[in-house]
Amino acid sequence: MIIPIDLLALFFLVVIALAAITVRDLLAAIVLLSAYSFVIAAVWVEMHAVDVGFTEAAVGAGATTAFMIAALARMKREEKR
Amino acid sequence: MKHKPDVIINTIARLMVPFIQMYALYVMVGTEGAGGGFQGGVVFAASFVLFVTAFGITKGRSRLPESWNTALSSLGLYLYAGIGILCIILSLGIANYLNYGALPLAKLTGIAMTRGLVISFVVEVGIALTVMAIFASIFFDLAWKSEDEGGEQ
Repeated sequence: MIIPIDLLALFFLVVIALAAITVRDLLAAIVLLSAYSFVIAAVWVEMHAVDVGFTEAAVGAGATTAFMIAALARMKREEKR
Repeated sequence: MKHKPDVIINTIARLMVPFIQMYALYVMVGTEGAGGGFQGGVVFAASFVLFVTAFGITKGRSRLPESWNTALSSLGLYLYAGIGILCIILSLGIANYLNYGALPLAKLTGIAMTRGLVISFVVEVGIALTVMAIFASIFFDLAWKSEDEGGEQ
């Protein structure tokens, strides 16, 4: 566990989360949430919680992204202003 | 818009799907101990997601039909609960749920080895079957109608 790497990755997490809730394009929001899951999985692996990180990478970055893209195919891509 | 096959995506998916499923099986039963059933099931379902992305949903549904989904999701639960009920029946006076030492296998291999074997090959496989069937079912239900209506998935 290296503190500067953790702080850098957590700073990236805050930036990605703010971008995901401010962007108008819903497909971009889904991709940003997938990136959020990937970064937090890397943080967990780096904090020696490999099991949690593996679950996050499988469920958060893999399955949930596929579900949300499949749900997005049924609605409009742009958020209403 | 009908599903259009693409040679690069088809080849990559054809190469990747067996390795993903093998990795899912390794995560499920590879280690002797608890943990890994849920993740293995999710990775196994992700291989079906990749297959559907490459080959279209009708071909993917023919590989994992709806009746198989129902059967597998309940079979996993019955495996997990059934081994517990079997342990209750076999450990007569004590009646402990999931008391692995009461199984007849414990006389052959010892209690610790039996616990590892039963957790790896019965309990984890049951959890993974249920999780795989339910995740694949959710994805198929979400992606099914969109291709009929003309969207992409």
